[in-house]
Amino acid sequence: MNTFLPATPVAVPLTIAALLAAVNQHINRRLADLLAIAAAGYCLWASILLMLRSSHMPIVYWMGGWEPRNGVAIGISFVIDPFGAGLAGFAAFLTLIALIFSLQYFDSIGTLFHVLMLAFMGAMCGFSLTGDVFNLFVFFELMSAAAFALCGYKTEESGPIAGALNFGVTNTIGAFLALSGIGLLYGRTGALNMAQIGKSLGQTHDGLVVTAFVLISCGFLVKAAIVPFHFWLGDAHAVAPTPVCVLFSGIMVELGLYAVARIYWTIFHASMAQFEAQTRAIFVTAGVITAIVGALMCFAQRQLKRLLAYSTISHMGLLLLAFGLLAPRAMGGLAIYLLGHGLVKGALFIAAGILLHHLGSVDELKLQGRGREATSGAILFLLLALGLSGAPGYGTFLGESMVDSAAETVHYAWISYIFMFAAIITAAAVFRAAGRIYFGWGPGIDQSQEEEGETDESRETTGGPSVPLTMVIPAFLLLLLAIAMVFVPQFREKVELAGMRFQDQAAYQAETLFHAEVPAYHAQPSEPLLPSIIRGSVSTLLGLLVAGYALFRKRLPSKYLDFSGGFGRALKPLRMIHSGNMCDYVAWLTFGVALFGGLFALFIH
Amino acid sequence: MTRRFRNLFFLASAAGFAVFYLWGLHLLPGFGHYPGPYGDVLNALSVYERHATDVITAVNFDYRGFDTLGEEFILFTSVMGANLLLRKQKDDKEEDPPLDLARDRLAPPTSDAVRVAGLALLLPIVVFGIYTVTHGQLTPGGGFQGGVILASAPLIIYLCGDYENFKRITSHVLTEVMEAVGAGGYAVTGLISFIFGYKYLQNFIPLGQTGDVFSGGTIALISALTGLEVAAGIVLLMISFFKQTLVYRKPGEERGDRNA
Amino acid sequence: MHEFLRMLPFGVSAWLFVVGLYGIVTSRHLVHLIMCLVVVQTSTYLLLLGVGFKAGATAPIFVDVPVGTPAVDPVTHALMLTDIVVEATVMALLLALAIQAKEHAGSVDPEELRILRG
Repeated sequence: MNTFLPATPVAVPLTIAALLAAVNQHINRRLADLLAIAAAGYCLWASILLMLRSSHMPIVYWMGGWEPRNGVAIGISFVIDPFGAGLAGFAAFLTLIALIFSLQYFDSIGTLFHVLMLAFMGAMCGFSLTGDVFNLFVFFELMSAAAFALCGYKTEESGPIAGALNFGVTNTIGAFLALSGIGLLYGRTGALNMAQIGKSLGQTHDGLVVTAFVLISCGFLVKAAIVPFHFWLGDAHAVAPTPVCVLFSGIMVELGLYAVARIYWTIFHASMAQFEAQTRAIFVTAGVITAIVGALMCFAQRQLKRLLAYSTISHMGLLLLAFGLLAPRAMGGLAIYLLGHGLVKGALFIAAGILLHHLGSVDELKLQGRGREATSGAILFLLLALGLSGAPGYGTFLGESMVDSAAETVHYAWISYIFMFAAIITAAAVFRAAGRIYFGWGPGIDQSQEEEGETDESRETTGGPSVPLTMVIPAFLLLLLAIAMVFVPQFREKVELAGMRFQDQAAYQAETLFHAEVPAYHAQPSEPLLPSIIRGSVSTLLGLLVAGYALFRKRLPSKYLDFSGGFGRALKPLRMIHSGNMCDYVAWLTFGVALFGGLFALFIH
Repeated sequence: MTRRFRNLFFLASAAGFAVFYLWGLHLLPGFGHYPGPYGDVLNALSVYERHATDVITAVNFDYRGFDTLGEEFILFTSVMGANLLLRKQKDDKEEDPPLDLARDRLAPPTSDAVRVAGLALLLPIVVFGIYTVTHGQLTPGGGFQGGVILASAPLIIYLCGDYENFKRITSHVLTEVMEAVGAGGYAVTGLISFIFGYKYLQNFIPLGQTGDVFSGGTIALISALTGLEVAAGIVLLMISFFKQTLVYRKPGEERGDRNA
Repeated sequence: MHEFLRMLPFGVSAWLFVVGLYGIVTSRHLVHLIMCLVVVQTSTYLLLLGVGFKAGATAPIFVDVPVGTPAVDPVTHALMLTDIVVEATVMALLLALAIQAKEHAGSVDPEELRILRG
């Protein structure tokens, strides 16, 4: 079975995509739905199987049967470990959910939507499984091409066009940065296989290695929406169709960070080992800034999808923090946090999509009090906001507690306050929106808020009084999984072990090139969860308090207690920077690369 | 950001970026000093193992054929995406007859000399395109290059005639099917390897005599499929762009409005 | 002089990258902007071909020359071919968006396309 299974998560969706394109004009919509869902289901099944089978030994699969000769890789390999296979499975799962959600959602679409979604999924699976750095770039571009088109899907409006252009231009430059880095590595080592590049570089750490590392990292961090590369994300998510947003926020951006982690732990770890402290400081700082900027921008939004988009940026900052710790056990926590966040965020986008279907708007202020009858929507929003705040019992909570304990081992225990801050503010924004939409609380729209750029989008459906089950069930399913994942027996230990394997460069090289056995790893005994439970509960309470304050500030006894105006003024420069102009974004991107490069050069030279 | 501030901000950043990038570049082995080993190994192996004298094509369609699968699907996805983005909107009208975009005049008819020259070029282009597609494993060429050459034939017809001529020889549905068959065929070729108990995209066709047109095993097959895909994909792109710019009109839009 | 020539292609590659970015940042027309993106990409072609070049070697095509003749690296050529296809198609996608921008937003100036703000 291992002769074909590893290649199929890529080959099958691409084949079905081509098939659907061939019969584009003649196929029944329902049949196309069925084929696409079957392909996504197959990928999910294959990825889970691969994850289970690679638990003791990575599956190294050489495309075309080109095994390495004397340790020189001449073909392209998939190197499948539970971490990568898990991500591929998660991508397939979210695609499945998005396809089910869109069953009743789009009114008039041909099979082009399915074709693009399947190509997108195949690319994400290949991206997670590959062990070849140029192949990583190829799947990155395939993913991008599908994503640009899907983002601009609603061509009848000007917003999606502008959003897709900003997305396309910045991400394409990111891809060129990564490719330049790959070119530098190839010029030094004459290899493209990650394990072989790592082996060939050994512990050399001159300017070329550092430059290649910074260029590749920055390239992928554009996709991961790390400040100052993050500007495209708010625009793209605000305008993309809802099912596409589920994939964008739930897995695509996270894969950008995955790529940085992958190349660090397979190629650069030994070279950068001497400068681990400096590398850690740089990544953690970037993560902190991203988490804070994302959270503040999130709280300032009124368009729900844009609000969720900035919340994603904030949580990407937290994930970068977790990776940037470079601590032995942090990757396990990162993986769980990634899953927990992806599930909650996917469900939130679906909830926003249901509002758009039901009430024809995603503007928090315009929707005030209009959701009073929709009890299930209110419950969904509140439970999901709890997930964002890292309340005990959610995947985000477990992930955060693992990252916290990893942070203590490298003396970065203070980052738990950053986790709390981002969780409080992003959850408060969702609490606030839910309170306003479903309970009608808070002050109404005022004159100053009328002119704020584009705050709404048009319906994606004919809408109607009832909400189809195919929209509600996926959202509750995601919510359920975000909670249930915590209670899977041995879940924490298994993920922690997968994370430790992910971080073992020497073993990765030996396994890929010389069929070596996986060394034995040992999970840490579970730590007492009480401090984390207290922290999580405090975040949730504070989130509720902040939301309540935002809604009821006008009723406070003294007007001096209402500093929302001051908050708004303080935030104005930050909001001005997010100008919607791609020229600005590219200038910031250049600045970011120069900054990262300069910092690394300073510390290391 | 004001324009002036943005430019200054960018120039300062770009200077930093350039210095940093050059710092890395100057440590490369230097132009003309390729360190190996990847390329040297393949140069030594390819003719014996694949019976393909053009090593670049052997790398493209066999040793690193999986990259090329991704690459082909990038093309496929982009064409589908462009098709989606340029689709006809609900309230768009189709203008008839579709002419060029000038507001105050009709398109001048193409001169006879240009028409004859274009027609005379067609056959050599098609022949050369097919030659390039089929001889990729022997001499420089292959599916991508040949496909682009083939796709230039309909373009010549458009340039020498007009949109009506172009439309007559290209069928949207057929091109779409050809494109999908080209892309899907590549993925399916890989799947066929499984029947023989091989890995994905492993060669299952006899390698033939080195130097023959029918040599190189799956390389020739994949190259042909790629040629089909590239040619059809580019024609499909042309169809989408022509339709959006020449045929579809928004309600109330006059010919030439978009040039204003 | 020798050292200068050894690095010249890579220097040009860096120059193309930066000058392409400059074009994008100062652009006032989407089509111009997308063409500047092509310039940025050209930088990667040059880099890839540059690192694969071997002085005094022939092309890696063994029709007229026997196997074993020093030849330049075929892999970078293959990578560059991938790169070209990526460029051509992604540009097609972006140009399609540019057409729709003109159609629906009525402008191709990035400055006037600032529909999504704050």
